[in-house]
Amino acid sequence: MTTLGVWIAALLTLCILSFLYKDNPFYKFAEHLFVGVSAGYVVALTYHNTLIPNLFVPLLKQGDYILIIPLILGIMMLLRLFPKVGWISRWPLAFIVGVTAGFWLITYLQSNGLVQIRETLRPFNSLGNIVIAIGVLTGLTYFFFSKEHKGVFGKTAKVGIWFLMVTFGASFGYTVMARISLLIGRMHFLLSDWLGLIK
Amino acid sequence: MNQRRAVFLLFLSIAFFFGISTAAQQNAPPAPPTEVKAFDNPNDAGGGITITWNKSADDGQGENDVLGYEILRSTTSGSGYQKVASVLAGEESYTDGENVEDKVPYYYVVRATDAEFFSDSAETLPAVAKPQWFNTNRISMLVAVLLFSGLVLLFISWAKGGRELYIRPIAGLAAVDEAIGRATEMGKPVLFIPGIMDMDNMQTLAGITILRRVAQKAAEYGAPLLVPTSRSLVMTTAQEAVKEAYLDAGRPDAYDPDRIRYLTDNQFGYAAGVDGIMVREKPAAIFYMGCFYAESLILAETGHSVGAIQIAGTAMPAQLPFFVTACDYTLIGEELFAGSAYLSREPRLLGSLKGQDFGKAIFMLIIVVGIILESFGIHFLDQWLATG
Repeated sequence: MTTLGVWIAALLTLCILSFLYKDNPFYKFAEHLFVGVSAGYVVALTYHNTLIPNLFVPLLKQGDYILIIPLILGIMMLLRLFPKVGWISRWPLAFIVGVTAGFWLITYLQSNGLVQIRETLRPFNSLGNIVIAIGVLTGLTYFFFSKEHKGVFGKTAKVGIWFLMVTFGASFGYTVMARISLLIGRMHFLLSDWLGLIK
Repeated sequence: MNQRRAVFLLFLSIAFFFGISTAAQQNAPPAPPTEVKAFDNPNDAGGGITITWNKSADDGQGENDVLGYEILRSTTSGSGYQKVASVLAGEESYTDGENVEDKVPYYYVVRATDAEFFSDSAETLPAVAKPQWFNTNRISMLVAVLLFSGLVLLFISWAKGGRELYIRPIAGLAAVDEAIGRATEMGKPVLFIPGIMDMDNMQTLAGITILRRVAQKAAEYGAPLLVPTSRSLVMTTAQEAVKEAYLDAGRPDAYDPDRIRYLTDNQFGYAAGVDGIMVREKPAAIFYMGCFYAESLILAETGHSVGAIQIAGTAMPAQLPFFVTACDYTLIGEELFAGSAYLSREPRLLGSLKGQDFGKAIFMLIIVVGIILESFGIHFLDQWLATG
């Protein structure tokens, strides 16, 4: 990275970190720059990495005419810029929502349903297997919405939420450690690449 | 002395004979694979032929010097064979998917190889690849889809017929009205964040459904609603949902499309932008409903610092701990999906939720029965659930 680049990156990092004190003009400047530059970057990236290789080249140069359908859907989406025909944009939206729901039905049923069930079918020959079975069954009880959590059912659901909370606790600690390493990386950039205080 | 010499010569002769014999055996080609068969690979979309064989008599036994097998293929019987693959010794099958065209007959020969020699099996009968309409490995999936769909359709028809379907109270959702009411009383806006993923994510879809209900309540109460989005398509969908909600609430004049705005696709650019909105607009109620990643804690902590009542809902296991820590209420996993039904009380959503509930009950039953069977060494259910 050039010296100018390091200085810009370091000053922008400090501008963002100044938010820890309170909202201020430096943070506002960095925030607006970040949002604007990243939005513009995404436009260019979408054009070069999505539209050209996935639509224009196959359609115009390779004669893949089936791609006329997504092209038309895309144009229909843009029609919402014109209030009189804006209603047409609901059609591609409906298409996307419908296809998404249908596509994920099988995937979720497999990964969140059948595979999970199969992994739980373990013989009761070790403490680990027993804990897994209890955790899964009580957890599922918690996510049963047709019956109020009262009596034995409520107590079973409570055991399920305890399992969830223990899992969340472990996940929390693990993720916080990952975030600390991100902070260390940024501090290292400031103290080493920018100020040269540590080698 | 002559006797000793004769015994010595005899001994030498015997040793020489066995030496020659062993060397001859070691220099012999390996026994060829037998029972070689080629047939269309089952349960695929075509373009695959499976070849099976019995191992060479010198693979793992006999001379035990077979290093592997070569799969030779030809479109003409008896000639034109070319190697398409190699497999290690001990293998007894191979699925050929290397430029195999459907409806073309292929002949195969399996060649056993050792360090120096090889021996070919007999040629197989011609095998033709073709696609199958039905994947028999996925019968359990078909049963599950039919069961779930049937249950959902049944409960939807019951709900439409006016039958009362009970859904237990969900704490986070019961607080939605309270949060919007608080914002109205304080004269501050409501901020709704539909996650950072696009419309092809189920959590975003669930978030938008909840947004519709939140928007309707905000319109009824007259509280301004802000919806910054990270995807252009989500912005478009959210605008549609909010517009319809304002219409339903009888306040189409209060709908302002500029309040549902796109910031950026960039994860942390979006987080910085939303943080800025929070500290400047100081919303009294913040909803996080959708798919979140590392920005979750940044957003939730900033929301907490401005004193907003916060309700979150996501199915991202790694982010749930942060929302549980920093928000007043959190919808965990499937509660997010149940939320839309609970809030709207719409027959289709209620029926769908009920159907899923009964599906879960069946899953629990299968787990209990499966564990008992596995404990007695019966693996039928485990094998049936393998979807291949």
